[in-house]
Amino acid sequence: MSDILVTEQSQPGADGSGRPSGRLLEVEDLRVEFRTRDGVAKVINGVTYHVDAGETLAVLGESGSGKSVTAQAVMGILDTPPGFVTGGEVRFHGKDMLTMSAEERRRIRGEGIAMIFQDALSALNPVFTIGFQIAEQFRIRRGLGRAEAKKRAIEMLDQVKIPNAKGRFSNYPHQFSGGMRQRAMIAMSLALDPEVLIADEPTTALDVTVQAQIMDLLAELQRERQMGLILITHDLGVVADVADRIAVMYAGRIVEEADVFELYAKPAHPYTLGLIDSIPRMDERGQQLRTIKGLPPNLMNIPPGCPFNPRCPMAQPVCREKVPPLLQIGSNRASACHFAEELVNRD
Amino acid sequence: MTENILEVRDLVKHYPVTQGIVFKKTIGQVKAVDGVSFELRSGETLGVVGESGCGKSTLARVLMNLERPTAGSVLYKGQDISKLSGGALRRLRRQIQLVMQDPYTSLNPRMTVGDLIGEPFEIHPEVAPKGSRRQKVKELLDLVGLNPEHIHRYPHQFSGGQRQRIGIARALALRPEIIVCDEPVSALDVSIQAQVMNLLEKLQNEFGLSYVFIAHDLSVVRHLSDRVAVMYLGKIVEIGTEDEIYERPTHPYTQALLSAVPVPDPTLRDQKAIIRLTGDVPSPVSPPSGCRFRTRCWKAQDVCAEQVPLLEIRSGSDHASACHFAEKREIVATHEA
Repeated sequence: MSDILVTEQSQPGADGSGRPSGRLLEVEDLRVEFRTRDGVAKVINGVTYHVDAGETLAVLGESGSGKSVTAQAVMGILDTPPGFVTGGEVRFHGKDMLTMSAEERRRIRGEGIAMIFQDALSALNPVFTIGFQIAEQFRIRRGLGRAEAKKRAIEMLDQVKIPNAKGRFSNYPHQFSGGMRQRAMIAMSLALDPEVLIADEPTTALDVTVQAQIMDLLAELQRERQMGLILITHDLGVVADVADRIAVMYAGRIVEEADVFELYAKPAHPYTLGLIDSIPRMDERGQQLRTIKGLPPNLMNIPPGCPFNPRCPMAQPVCREKVPPLLQIGSNRASACHFAEELVNRD
Repeated sequence: MTENILEVRDLVKHYPVTQGIVFKKTIGQVKAVDGVSFELRSGETLGVVGESGCGKSTLARVLMNLERPTAGSVLYKGQDISKLSGGALRRLRRQIQLVMQDPYTSLNPRMTVGDLIGEPFEIHPEVAPKGSRRQKVKELLDLVGLNPEHIHRYPHQFSGGQRQRIGIARALALRPEIIVCDEPVSALDVSIQAQVMNLLEKLQNEFGLSYVFIAHDLSVVRHLSDRVAVMYLGKIVEIGTEDEIYERPTHPYTQALLSAVPVPDPTLRDQKAIIRLTGDVPSPVSPPSGCRFRTRCWKAQDVCAEQVPLLEIRSGSDHASACHFAEKREIVATHEA
């Protein structure tokens, strides 16, 4: 990328003055609810996580666990109504974004935090060329002229390894294949050199061979730019390949957070354990898959106590009464289970 | 060896590409399935894997006779089903049923579960006389792990996994011999996916069903399949037992595909050598000459552009592969490694 952007970007955080905690992005006790005709769905119930420069945090969860809604709240693109942030903080360089003016927040989007989405075809505007949509940012946010913006957009397309970037500049989204579109969206989100990139299921719609290409590209760009990457996914395989830390979500809460190696070796929450056991693995041909019984809870009516207790094989009376807080166990991991210690220390 | 219940011979399905509105002119053919042969043995699961656009869903439609093949034949116990019509076709349809991918769009939202699962009996009253239908439907619900009391509910009152169970119950209603599963678990979450896969296995053991299991997820296919066919651009590039394909793949495409599957074990991170394919799958309207994979293959030579490699057993291998330069290569890192 151009040197101008890098110097511009590295100033505010480099001296450390603007970030008391030293964290890049912190989400603390975030709460979101959806107010619908049928009632209030408590979608996020106190989510806390952070990401540092150069680090990959994977947010793992099944549909309805709140992983995407958390990201939308962080980006400030939650649909309001029906979605409302009812509590918590989202701090970028120590500054709470939820209390900022819309204008301040807008400046952070793109330059501070950028996001890519699962479905690139619907995330891109079908009536503008790919090139225009990337160049637009340079013109509006950087005040560059048409020719210069075009040059920079082509550079971006080149960086995400789109062959014949110059020729592809004036193509429309529908002329790109799925993998190419995802590359174009990555180019677009990285155009303003963000410090944090949120990738919401970036490869879910893609075939495995293309998925491998895109994950490689993301890892490479992250290394080059020392970005903080939040990877939202349901795929335990992808996570194992790229994540540094993992936060597992269930019913709008983080139920476990740990270093990737520790999490797979010794899960400290029965839900994580159940997830790992229920994936068919290519390197082991088992007979019967172990499953998690039952269904995730209805978010309008979350069971009292631990939200996982109706499905948990380890559930005790206490699980139906007390919500287990996310507590530290050991040095750098946390679990929201009353019996986390037992789980980690067994066998 | 058990008998072949289904034999597919040189199956071809082309769709015309037309130009113009009033005077439609055919300007090309989408070669969705282009010469596919395999057999399905009684009681086995044949997995069909491939990326989007390789023709696996078209194959399902032709097997079900929802589409007539352009050429080739599908033999059910020696009888060509693509030539049947009327009553004979209807009788045959009892034996081959389909489970579809999307449990949200494949169930009519205006019908109750009882009507959805009971509808096959309207067409085939010989399976269940009118008086016994409700009882039959309840049995089916119980069989797939749903509450028989929910017979009056509508699809929207069920979750994705439960809807897929309804789809499976409907496919089972006529006691078929073959079930074609077209991506039956790809729309489901991991924890639910495992439940449905276990159900499919249980039903196979109970009724001796034969499955054609179509999916893009290689781990899911390995878990359920006895034999596996790998498709690329309308052709089978490699076919063999689950072990032959996953442990000793010989076709470069199979090797690349397997190497790209993320393994849920961070300790294997650096042990895996991913074969990186460049570029995209070519258009099925004008597939490359010779071997269709040659445009993305690292082994490609002149001969690959000239000669179509046949799907046959080559020296040094124990199963059929359609590559001029087929050779064994270990891809899947196992725990012992």
